[in-house]
Amino acid sequence: MADIKLSAHNLNLYFGTKHILKNIDIDFSKNKVTSLIGPSGCGKSTLLRCFNRMHDLTPDAKIEGILKLDDLDIYKKKYSVTELRKRIGMVFQKPNPLPKSIYENMSYALKLHDFPKNELPHLIESALKESYLWEEVKEELKKPAVKLSGGQQQRLCIARTVVLRPEVILMDEPCSALDPISTRKIEDLILSLKRNYTIVIVTHNMQQAQRISDDVAFMYLGELIEFDTYENIFKNAKKELTKNYVSGHFG
Amino acid sequence: MDIKKRESLDWFFKQAFKATGLLTICMLGGIFLMLLYNSIAFAMDIKPVDFFTGYQWNPGNANGKYSILPLLVSTGLVAAGSMIIAVPLGIFTAAFLSEFAPPKLQAVLKPVIEMLAAIPSVAIGFLGIVLVGPGIAKLFGIQNGLNALNGSILLAVMALPTIITISEDAINAVPKSYREASLALGADKWTTLFKVTIPAAYPGLIAAVMLGLGRALGETMTVLMATGNAAAMPRGFLDSIRTITATVAIEMGEVPYRTTHYFALFAIAAVLFLITLSINLLGEYFANRLRKFQA
Ligand SMILES: Nc1ncnc2c1ncn2[C@@H]1O[C@H](COP(=O)(O)OP(=O)(O)OP(=O)(O)O)[C@@H](O)[C@H]1O
Ligand SMILES: [Mg+2]
Repeated sequence: MADIKLSAHNLNLYFGTKHILKNIDIDFSKNKVTSLIGPSGCGKSTLLRCFNRMHDLTPDAKIEGILKLDDLDIYKKKYSVTELRKRIGMVFQKPNPLPKSIYENMSYALKLHDFPKNELPHLIESALKESYLWEEVKEELKKPAVKLSGGQQQRLCIARTVVLRPEVILMDEPCSALDPISTRKIEDLILSLKRNYTIVIVTHNMQQAQRISDDVAFMYLGELIEFDTYENIFKNAKKELTKNYVSGHFG
Repeated sequence: MDIKKRESLDWFFKQAFKATGLLTICMLGGIFLMLLYNSIAFAMDIKPVDFFTGYQWNPGNANGKYSILPLLVSTGLVAAGSMIIAVPLGIFTAAFLSEFAPPKLQAVLKPVIEMLAAIPSVAIGFLGIVLVGPGIAKLFGIQNGLNALNGSILLAVMALPTIITISEDAINAVPKSYREASLALGADKWTTLFKVTIPAAYPGLIAAVMLGLGRALGETMTVLMATGNAAAMPRGFLDSIRTITATVAIEMGEVPYRTTHYFALFAIAAVLFLITLSINLLGEYFANRLRKFQA
């Protein structure tokens, strides 16, 4: 069994009285890419956002259970959310660069965590290189980030996450707003990032799940139905529901 | 036939709406032309140079002085003072309302703020005379609290609802994704507010300030009652003043028809009109940019 980086045990989540996540037990292995799949509304995004405590902003969200990053209890009162979010980064469905320049998008992240000023240019350059964006933007770092193409914006968002050297990167359908070529670039990027990071990604694209994942988790109506290596999920799923879903015969 | 009937009804309403729209434009144009016509008549009597450079407003008698400057400076002073108070207060209240206030508090505060706009200006002027003015006099150890500072405070109260409401719209219009981006990088709520949300809301915030300023510049009754009614060049916030609006309101009632003095009042009103018009246009321009940004 590989090292476990991130886990949830007996996780239940309610929005008001709606029971959204039901008794989820899941372990994400270190330096692997795990895909979360399942029909729309089954709670993939909700699960993902539990790990970096994005639900803190929703007053009526109630979370029960134990979530851990290594041995750290993610919801421990004394541990700062800020520090946690530095260790667990997130990339969103729609590219969301801030309305600032490319460089400022990167430096904003670093300044939040008090990185020494003189190291910023170097750190930014290496994160942009790691995100396969450097060659395209090195001449125009002062350009507003929103002027980049959608795919470039998403790589910038990944770079902005990577520059903080997180341990885990959560991605919520990072390619769903992108064309096939940009999607391919991001998939390559994800594969190269897994050497250093643990990645959890939500995707609706079965081909994509097969191309990039080590493990796959299938969710349905708020429950984790099956969790296994991608070969097992796609070729010998144990549950009928999973089989139907991955083969596209659903409903 | 039914369709015929409907079509003619359609035509009728179209024309009716067109007519009301045109009527509004005609009124605006008419007012402007009247101001312009009378201002030109004034320019025949008094050289525009004297109008814009002197420093005395002392109209009426044969060699009356007609300089707009003391009135203009008075107007500018109390409006600027009111903005110094109302802009930070308004923007922070708006930020608090949209980002931090629990829903229950919001449900109470918002109607209260809107009600503030419904208080008649004469009531606010009254408060200025019996409460704020004496307070200022005591605080600064001066005889007369009816001065520019008093006016500024009262105008700030009057401009606040406008500034808060529009600022709040502007802050709410900032896409949630910006906030999420910032928070997910580990920024706290305050950093996100000051470094991301407020800068992204700038066009709307500028619109809010412009429209609030327009309100403060055009207000008449409050400043007439509460600023001491002295048409002299003010030297500071503790001097009594008289704004353009108050001057027109006071003097128009007793001025003999079609005299230099009469025309002069139109001339200063025209200047005020141009100032508030440009400020409102500027405000609208920024408000439109906000709307585009929302889409
Ligand atoms: N803030 C919220 N308040 C109340 N209910 C919510 C909230 N956010 C999500 N939900 C509900 O939780 C359920 C799970 O939503 P979630 O966004 O996690 O689904 P998803 O699997 O990510 O779907 P998709 O594939 O469409 O993104 C849905 O029924 C949704 O309506
Ligand atoms: Mg989702």
